[in-house]
Amino acid sequence: MEIFITLFITGFGLGALYFLVASGLSLIYGLMGVLNFAHGAFLTAGAYATWYFTTSIRADGSLSSYVISLFIAGVVGALFAVATEQILIKYLYDRHIDQALVTVGLGFVATSAYLGWFGSDPLIVLPPTQLYNTVQIGDAFVGIDRFLYIGVAALVLIANFLMMRYTRIGLIIRAGVENRSMVTALGIDVRKAFTFVFFIGGFAAGLGGALATTYASGVGPTLGDAFLIYAFITVVIGGMGSVPGTAIAAIVVGTTQVLVNYYVQGLGDFVVVMLLALVLLVRPQGLLGKVAH
Amino acid sequence: MTKALTLADVNVTIKGSHILQGVNFEVEAGVVTGLLGRNGVGKSTTLRSIVGLVPRVGSIKLFEQEISGLKTHEVIRAGVAFVPEDREIFSTLTVLENLKLAERDKNPDYDTVYNLFPELLKRKSQRAGTLSGGQQQMVAVARALLNKTKLLLVDEPTKGLAPKLVTEVADALEVAAQATTILLVEQNLPLIKRIAKNIIVMDQGVVVHSGVPTELENPEFAKQMLGVSGGSH
Repeated sequence: MEIFITLFITGFGLGALYFLVASGLSLIYGLMGVLNFAHGAFLTAGAYATWYFTTSIRADGSLSSYVISLFIAGVVGALFAVATEQILIKYLYDRHIDQALVTVGLGFVATSAYLGWFGSDPLIVLPPTQLYNTVQIGDAFVGIDRFLYIGVAALVLIANFLMMRYTRIGLIIRAGVENRSMVTALGIDVRKAFTFVFFIGGFAAGLGGALATTYASGVGPTLGDAFLIYAFITVVIGGMGSVPGTAIAAIVVGTTQVLVNYYVQGLGDFVVVMLLALVLLVRPQGLLGKVAH
Repeated sequence: MTKALTLADVNVTIKGSHILQGVNFEVEAGVVTGLLGRNGVGKSTTLRSIVGLVPRVGSIKLFEQEISGLKTHEVIRAGVAFVPEDREIFSTLTVLENLKLAERDKNPDYDTVYNLFPELLKRKSQRAGTLSGGQQQMVAVARALLNKTKLLLVDEPTKGLAPKLVTEVADALEVAAQATTILLVEQNLPLIKRIAKNIIVMDQGVVVHSGVPTELENPEFAKQMLGVSGGSH
């Protein structure tokens, strides 16, 4: 039982990281119809920002330095995302194939740039000592970092909910996911919402990148690519444009992957893909997804 | 006559189909003008071209201001309100959220909206997707009436509605007409006769006639222009 508990919470933590990447992807697709294959590059940028900050600017190994690095990683991811939207994507709205090709290209370029700047070997990021502690649940000892991932993802989910429910920009995003042309027909410049969604999506991805350095014990040029694949699976299962759906799917994908990998010897990835196929067959719009007009 | 709207040689091509083939007409300010024609002749596309929801070429002037180069949200902010066919309300938002989204003025006119449609006040917290067709139409019209506008474009507001609701919508349009110019696409000829001062008839992507609603009393005219017998549709 203790193994199950450890694996379950580890999978839950992994799902939290998937959520941080996938929530932005989901909103960007839901609102704008943009399949952003460069989203993993935002995560990797955040991860390298964390590495740089915690090894070159405040290398004291303290918890406060780590927390600051999380915020900086989010900002770096957000700025990268906004630059991507302003320099590339905004000229290609309603040209979905071109958008996909451009973001795929940007993803390749970013990975090559990281490779050139930082080398192919993973750079070690040492988290503060507090994150090496464990928490006892029953007979199981679970790494406290798992709860950090879950806590941060929960905060992002709550902040997202409050923003969507109680702010005008949230109202515009919710309406835009449902019928973007009608939002413009009410006199709203929906492109400002597009930029904002890239900002918050990039922030969450950068934050996810910072946490991923702890999960993966470092950062390499392809860190974001590895997460991006599962983030896309999460978005499709949860439903494009639905952040709550993405949260549920992230937990399902993360826990399924980790549990099956352990109990059925490495078949976790295969089962996740089968799960995706099942959802597409039974409910093509995903768990909580709606189709934008 | 003050012209609220002038279209000159407006063309729209969508997916290779030449839908509007040089549309020309003028809309008199301060009155209701009916835009009529058989199904599929380009009436809805004309309204959508005015607000920029479809790519268009040609000249569109709103009170002498050229708006054909503006994006949709800029056309709306220039003083146009649009009630689309099939309502296009946001079904996952509440009634109040639908209205709030449409707010542009500093003091949106909720008093007029709730006086015309008291049902909306009662149901302001209800998800718009769970409303009846008639109530959804009220939301669609109410969104357009919240702000002061120079021109109101309304596309088949009574389509599929029960007679009582048709009367309510007609009442609302009459109230709106006291403060703005209305271009109304409508198949319901009694409604046109009741509230319109002018009519424009389209066929196959062009305007074929401009006149007055009393011409609809002539069965020959109605049959020739609209393919109907002149009463209701």
